[in-house]
Amino acid sequence: MRWRLIVPVVVVFALIVMLGYGLTRNPSELPSAFIDKPAPSFDVPTLDSDQERITDAAFQGNITLVNVWASWCVACRAEHELITEISRRTGVPVIGLNYKDTREGALRWLGRYGNPFAVVAFDPAGEVGIDWGVAAVPETFVVDRDGTIRYKVVGAITREEMNDTLIPKLRQLKQAS
Amino acid sequence: MRHALSLLLLLVWSALPTAFAQTADLNDAQLERYHELNAELRCVICQNRSIAESDAPLAKDLRGIVARQLAEGRSDDEIKAYLVERYGEWVLYDPPFSWSTWVLWLGPFVLLFVGLVFVIAVMRGRYRAPEPRPPLDRERLARVLKSHEAGPDDTDKDRS
Repeated sequence: MRWRLIVPVVVVFALIVMLGYGLTRNPSELPSAFIDKPAPSFDVPTLDSDQERITDAAFQGNITLVNVWASWCVACRAEHELITEISRRTGVPVIGLNYKDTREGALRWLGRYGNPFAVVAFDPAGEVGIDWGVAAVPETFVVDRDGTIRYKVVGAITREEMNDTLIPKLRQLKQAS
Repeated sequence: MRHALSLLLLLVWSALPTAFAQTADLNDAQLERYHELNAELRCVICQNRSIAESDAPLAKDLRGIVARQLAEGRSDDEIKAYLVERYGEWVLYDPPFSWSTWVLWLGPFVLLFVGLVFVIAVMRGRYRAPEPRPPLDRERLARVLKSHEAGPDDTDKDRS
């Protein structure tokens, strides 16, 4: 008859562990459907000019950071200096994807806070954003030389994330060649 | 009063087309599928709401995509696959049965079964069948009855 005592204790303990695990996870962090898959293709004008276009061919041969941002996005401003710093420290070019923004607003924003981007793709309707599975700006993707997405950060990058994950990841990819 | 009511109805009626501008080119059957699909798709930023319920800009975009693809004649599964490709299985309120979702699908039944087994075990313990009665010993019964019949007479005599 001892099992009558043990079973409820075990069950309750298992429940506590599972609920604890559920509570400590961040519910807004969704598993990405894109890791280790080819980056979705796109062909859009750049922010600078309607005549210039940028396509996913830009990823070929280079490790690239893709940063989805908008001038109306407050969190983008918070991570702005870190984007600049990552690019400076690793030598990886950053391609911006300006999401649901106006050309005027975006250019003014870059003029005010500085431009860390090698080139910015202009996506006022958010169509490229949907192809890339963007739920909310900012999002940042690490794209490998062959155009494969290797890593994704949802939300503003923090300094710890930059030092502990992003920069090591970029260096590791660089060395892998 | 009646006039006011009909005026209100008229207002609501005239506002309908603008409210559903995205679905303007859908026929009735497609419109029905549109609403069903929207209710089955989860809004990825305002979690725990379907894209039918959400006012978020992204949910609006996704409704637009659903409407456009329906108008293009795509099937429900194709539209779902399109969104899953981009946002992961998370966008489905009805995730397909796979190795990563079997706990989700079978868990409740396993728990129900475990619970039933537990309840049955407890009930059995509580309503245990009574001890079987020993067979009737007729000789002994006769003897006891006899001594009882004789007994009261004896005691009566003693008392009187």
